[in-house]
Parts: sequence; structure tokens; C-alpha cells
Amino acid sequence: MTNRATRLSPFWSGLTLATALYLLFLLAMLGSLATYTTPAHLWAALGSREIRYSTGLSLVSATTSALLALLLAVPVGYLLSRAQFRGKSWLDAALDIPIVLPPMVVGMCLLTFFQTPVGKVIERAIPFTYAVPGIVLAQFVIGAAFAVRTMRNVFDHLSSRPEDVAMTLGCSRGQAAWLVTLPAARRGMLTAFSVAWARSLGEFGPILIFAGLTRLKTEVLPTSIFIELGAGHLEAAIAVSLLLVALALVVLVAVRILGERL
Amino acid sequence: MIQLESITWHAGNFRLEDIGFSIPTGSYGVLMGRTGSGKTTLLEIICGLRRPSAGRVRIGDRDVTEDPPAMRGIGYVPQDGALFPTMTVREQLGFALQVRRRAAAEIAQRVDQLATELGLTALLDRLPHHLSGGERQRVALGRALAAQPKVLLLDEPLSAIDEELRDDLAALLRRVQREHGVTALHITHSRAEADLLADVIFRLADGRVVGTVK
Repeated sequence: MTNRATRLSPFWSGLTLATALYLLFLLAMLGSLATYTTPAHLWAALGSREIRYSTGLSLVSATTSALLALLLAVPVGYLLSRAQFRGKSWLDAALDIPIVLPPMVVGMCLLTFFQTPVGKVIERAIPFTYAVPGIVLAQFVIGAAFAVRTMRNVFDHLSSRPEDVAMTLGCSRGQAAWLVTLPAARRGMLTAFSVAWARSLGEFGPILIFAGLTRLKTEVLPTSIFIELGAGHLEAAIAVSLLLVALALVVLVAVRILGERL
Repeated sequence: MIQLESITWHAGNFRLEDIGFSIPTGSYGVLMGRTGSGKTTLLEIICGLRRPSAGRVRIGDRDVTEDPPAMRGIGYVPQDGALFPTMTVREQLGFALQVRRRAAAEIAQRVDQLATELGLTALLDRLPHHLSGGERQRVALGRALAAQPKVLLLDEPLSAIDEELRDDLAALLRRVQREHGVTALHITHSRAEADLLADVIFRLADGRVVGTVK
């Protein structure tokens, strides 16, 4: 939209109206949540031992799973972006499986995998089923798929020419990627981390199935909402919901500020 | 010396067929051809970034056909400079020596020497996105020369430069090539550029080197 006449055309007016209505609906939803109860009730709910535990566990597990997701997403995204090989489109599609599967089914897959002989061997070293590591794993499975997709896009948008030059200047392919491309991908890595973190923080279905709903053990913020709502504690459920909204906004702003400084 | 013997390369319908030419040591060779004729592909084959399906590449008295790019002793200046996006000019100029784990004092000395020679001293702490097209090409040239290669490969180095600066950069290329004693291969579609710079000119058309002039 470059001038007043363009701005007032029915085409742009229609698009603007659709965007404004959608934004209004989003704000109305958030506003209704924020004004449903009083601040005093909210503070009381957030002060309970169970909610404090689930907040801590949510932050620790989402951060851990997002870091693991990023560790996987950087090499896999690089491979998908730079390498040409037979079956690449199949691999690309397979890596989207956690995104397209219903979350409950991801939980069922995890549950059944740890009943297989291989799963049982792993479980003997680190117990996952109905335990805290299971929360991290369930979050990782979904978050990593999003992080891989993000990193592939990041590498697709970074020219491979500087890497080629680095190789003529004495680097191996690995050194060229490490010294030239990874520093250029740092903003993208921050985005991939934040996408995985946000997905992990809000993950519910797979955690419900795979890690269970034990208070003060495997309770994270989304499961707290489910438990409090089930027990008829609407104010506590709203308080936790608002906490999740606040955390998401803080991360959104922090990522934007940090991204500009990088 | 840069010598290609019966180089063949193909991708889909595009083919380079039985390419052979030789540029004597210390000479400035220009390879001419239209856009899409395969000039850049040929340069990448000499760099080791693409593998020919047949033929040999020799640099000096060495057959480098099987060597990785890092082992070929070449300096490569791509068309757009392809500077490293997060490194300052100083870091770009010192990169090849840094990778070779040379002493910090040696790297600093070499960077200062190249910066003086190429008129980059005032730009040493700048990032690539704060450089003009001509400055970028000079940085790319200095980066390619830092490890004292025997061969300099230049992919249309003057095409993205303003016309009034083109002659200056062309003169700089010729001077640097002579002073460093490197064998150069410069690719271009400009006849004027070739006449201005070349000791020896080749023409690439229809996937073959069709004529040697000058």
C-alpha cells in the first residue's frame, strides 16, 4: 500500500477488515480470560504448592527439551538443506510425522515404544514412563519436529557460496559450516529454540498419556489446568492459563529483543 | 600453470564436453562466454567444488583432480564476493591463515599488508553489509590472496561494479596478479574486459572451448 488511493481500494479495505476482525477476536478471548476473576483470587491460586511445582517443572522441562531439540535440529536441518541424496523427499516428509500426528497418538506411540525390548533396556537406565524424563521426551518429540523445519528454512535462506569459498581457503566441509554458516544462522537458531520452547511449554496430550497426571511429580502447567478444571477450581485453572499467556508473551518479546541484538 | 585436459561434466541436458586449455605460469588468462555457457561450472571444477565426470585438472606440476578444494592452493573470488556475513574485513582477510593456525602476529602483519595494498585500511572493522560493491570485491580479492596461492580464479569480478570504478579495479587486478606472481583465470562475458586484462583468451560456447585468441 503505497498511497492513500491504494489504501482505500475495496481489495485492501477487505483484507484490512479481515485482519482487524481476527485480531479483535484474539484480544477478546485473552481479555475475557484476564477479566474473569479478581487479581486476589489469581495470586492465591498461583501461590499454591502444586502450581509453584508445576511452574518450575514446566520451565525446566521446556528449556531442556528445547535445547535438545535445537541440538538435533541444527545438523538435521543442515543435511536437508545442503545435501542432495536419494529418498530426501521421503525423509523430509517422515520428519513431519510428529507435527501431523494427533498429540494423543504421539503419547500412545511413546508408551508402547517403552514396552518393546529396546524400550525396556532404555527404561532400565533412565525411567521415562510416568516420570519426569518422560515429560521432557514427549515435549522433545513435538518440539524437535518444529525446530528441524525452522532450521531447514534458515539454512535454505543462507547462501552456500561463502562455505564454498571457505573450503577453497583451507576448510573442510565441517569447518566451513562451523566457522561460516553457523554464526550466520544464530538468529535462526534462537527462533528454532523459541518455537520448540513454546510448543513444549504448551504440550498436553502426549504428557497426559506418557507421563501421567501425578501431582507434585509429573504435573506441568497444561496438566494443572486440566486437574484444576476437573476439580471444579475454575479460578486456579484461569490463573494457570494467564501464567502460560504471560510466559509466552515474555518469550516472544525476549526473542524479538535478543534477535535484534544478535 | 592451470591446465585442463579433456574435462567433461553434465547435469540434465547441460554438458561441458572435452574441455582443454592451458594458462602458462604467471599469465593472466580470460575465459569468455555467454551467460549460462558453463564458465562458472568450469571454475568450480578447477576449485574442486564440482567433480568432472572425466578429464584431469593440473595446477602447477600437480594433478589435483582428486584433491579437496582446501588442498589445491587456489584463491577463489566468486561473482558476488560471497563474503562471510558475520566477519569483519579484518577477520575475512585473516581467515585463510587463521584456519592454518598461523601465529597471531603473522596474521596481523599479513592483514595489514593486504589492507594497505588493496586500500582497505579504513574498512578493517566493517561488516560486509556496510561495504560497497567495489569494496566487497577488493575484500574478496585480499581474502583469496592471504595464503599466497599459486592460482587466482576470478568469477566475473567486475560485473557488479559501477562503471566509473571498473577500470580502477581492473588495473588493480592486473597489478596484484603481477606483483603476487599468481597465474590468473578470469571469466567474463565482456570482450573489452578481456582485451584490457588478458595475456591469453579462451572462448566457451556450446559446451566446448571453441577458440583461443590473443
